[in-house]
Amino acid sequence: MTAQDWIQIVLVAFLIGGAAPFVGHYLAWVFESPRIAPERLIHRLIGTDPDKGMDWREYAGALLLSNGIFFAAGFVLLWAQRILPLNPRHLSAMSPEVTFNTAASFVTNTNWQAYVGESQLSNFSQMVPITFLMFVGANTGMAALIAIIRGFVRSGTQSLGNYWDDFFRFFVRAFLPACVVMATVLVWQGVPQTLATSVVAHPLEGGTQTLILGPVASIEAVKNLGTNGGGFYNANAAHPFENPTPFTNTLELLGMLTFTASLPFLFGRLSRRPRQGWALFAAIMILFGLGFGAIEISEKAKNPLFASAGIAQATTPFLDGGNTEGKEMRLGITQTSLFSNTTIAATTGAVDAAMDSMNPLALMVAFSHMWLNEEPGGKGVGFAGLLKEVVLAIFIAGLMVGRTPEFLGKKLEAREVKLAALSLIVTPFLVLLLTALGVTASFGTSSMDNPGPHGFEEVLYAYSSGNANNGSAMAGLNAATPFYADSIGIEMLLSRYLPMLPLLALAGALIRKRIHPDTAGTLPTDTPLFVGLLVGFMLLVGLLTFFPALMLGPILEQLSMMHGVSF
Amino acid sequence: MKSLTTSLRATLLLLLITGFAYPLAVDAVGQLIFPHQANGSLILKNGVVIGSSLIGQPFSQPRYFHPRPSATPDPTGSGSVPYDASFSSASNLAPSNGAEIKAVQSFAQAYRRENGLPPTEPVPVDAVTASGSGLDPDISLANALLQVGRVSKARALDPSTVKKLVMEHAEGPQWGLLGARHVNVLGLNLALDAMKP
Repeated sequence: MTAQDWIQIVLVAFLIGGAAPFVGHYLAWVFESPRIAPERLIHRLIGTDPDKGMDWREYAGALLLSNGIFFAAGFVLLWAQRILPLNPRHLSAMSPEVTFNTAASFVTNTNWQAYVGESQLSNFSQMVPITFLMFVGANTGMAALIAIIRGFVRSGTQSLGNYWDDFFRFFVRAFLPACVVMATVLVWQGVPQTLATSVVAHPLEGGTQTLILGPVASIEAVKNLGTNGGGFYNANAAHPFENPTPFTNTLELLGMLTFTASLPFLFGRLSRRPRQGWALFAAIMILFGLGFGAIEISEKAKNPLFASAGIAQATTPFLDGGNTEGKEMRLGITQTSLFSNTTIAATTGAVDAAMDSMNPLALMVAFSHMWLNEEPGGKGVGFAGLLKEVVLAIFIAGLMVGRTPEFLGKKLEAREVKLAALSLIVTPFLVLLLTALGVTASFGTSSMDNPGPHGFEEVLYAYSSGNANNGSAMAGLNAATPFYADSIGIEMLLSRYLPMLPLLALAGALIRKRIHPDTAGTLPTDTPLFVGLLVGFMLLVGLLTFFPALMLGPILEQLSMMHGVSF
Repeated sequence: MKSLTTSLRATLLLLLITGFAYPLAVDAVGQLIFPHQANGSLILKNGVVIGSSLIGQPFSQPRYFHPRPSATPDPTGSGSVPYDASFSSASNLAPSNGAEIKAVQSFAQAYRRENGLPPTEPVPVDAVTASGSGLDPDISLANALLQVGRVSKARALDPSTVKKLVMEHAEGPQWGLLGARHVNVLGLNLALDAMKP
């Protein structure tokens, strides 16, 4: 680690910690202040009464119905690519299963990509259906979170709020303006934004080089601010047009955290318990920081298997050494580690380096982030998942001391704990079952690109990513086969909505409860002790289920490499 | 029924805002204020587009500095077409994969041969590994300096002149803060051509 590395790390940490409270408080204002004119106009246009409260069933119904229509619109527009404008290369539609996979992937905020953007999608497809789905997918998660938070902090009503009211408050006053600003800054740094499709260049040594252009900056902005992650290009943010400078790299990773790391402070404001917000932020940042540290150490390390080839891997003033396979020189290892940790932890899934070429320890962090999916997790749903962990951690603590568990003055009883646990088991159930299928059936194993434990990791990664609605990939795996496109497509839909519904039901159960004043017997949930309990609980419950899978994958690979064994 | 029409209307409205108004507004701003960047940071020479300052291109002649290995695949089948900007891709080889170790060994041998280096000379790791995009426009300073001997010989230039040029083209960290030090290969080669064609 050089001084240069530390400067960047401290700077990014400072920016995250400095900005998150302000954004959180701004979001609280967005959801609590009177509607502004553009929002009122939108509600007139779409014919809703934004003041009409919805109970959890109505809220979930409106959410699911809207997402069904978003999905259908996206699917049809992608499917019709051939006959739509802005397609001078006459690209035909993708296969039915890849089109299904893509629409499912983008409406669920996953942005898993079974296609190659620059060679399979027209600029119309990138600009209209893809950008549209990126916005609405992320925006839906935010609306769901606000409804869930209201269950925790409101009382004496059935109403979790109005879905369309929440949806457009965030869209109009936070999401869209932030995207416009960020896209403009990205263009300044070199990200293309044009309706032109390509330019043929004539390189110095002869031949031709076709440069693919398009509305890249507008996608890049929403991709990060919405924790979507789907790139314009196949190489995603490793591509110099998506991420031309170290500054864009920093800006993009901060973009992913803008509306996710600030949510504890939104919660602190809405619950009128600011200390609670800080406590949850601390829990998130402990896991986030640990993850970054491990990735940085892992990717700075020398590969012992390269020793015999006589490779200079150490960092010097003339070489940013480490695992440079699949990484870009302008960014360097530290920027790449910062970005990689953030993109997995915030379930964005954009990558500025090839995940498939990362060292095993870094992949172990990536797996852990995807399985926990709450530090800070994707837009809205990540923090909702954290609240579920809080409920369960308080329940466990209550069992230990023999008291009725309480959170924010509300008693947590059998129904609440069952619903939280129901939401929790979706992840291991889907990931382990589908991975088992993928690594045993021939139509699963034939897609693997790397041999040995790394091949197993590729399949495990694909289903972990689909389940986490993350979208990053160990891209060597050929996921454009009918088996993977369909199974991951279905998995993304299930793992988006299955855990969300019990949490909305949990909110529906909580909102009916009275708020009791704290007593001497109440477990304080805003202390360092509770933060420790929560983090320990998350690690134990979230990761223990997966430990055998980690043994078969990254741990086995790491030990083999240390003993000079390649596959 | 009412909620269905609401969803349909909202979808239509959101399609118009996010699919048209938003990208076209960014387009207008970008084309107006930053036309060079918005159109791909293209480099023109005598009115011909020779490339983009952000995208690497293939170089194999001794008189030019060489970029990193590139894993952009041949879209029609197996093999690779280095620096194919229409199909960005990484090698996706695992650090434990025997094929990766073999590739690194053969890149290192070729690099030493091209540059007339002794077999004990360590080769900078960026010179034997493919980038994330396959289009990395940059190499490390260590990599560029090891190529100075070959380039100056091929161009009959004094090595110290070429070395000075390399150091002048060293970029980063950005604003002294962000990223790593590197050299843009196309920029450096253009400067070489300008100095002595």
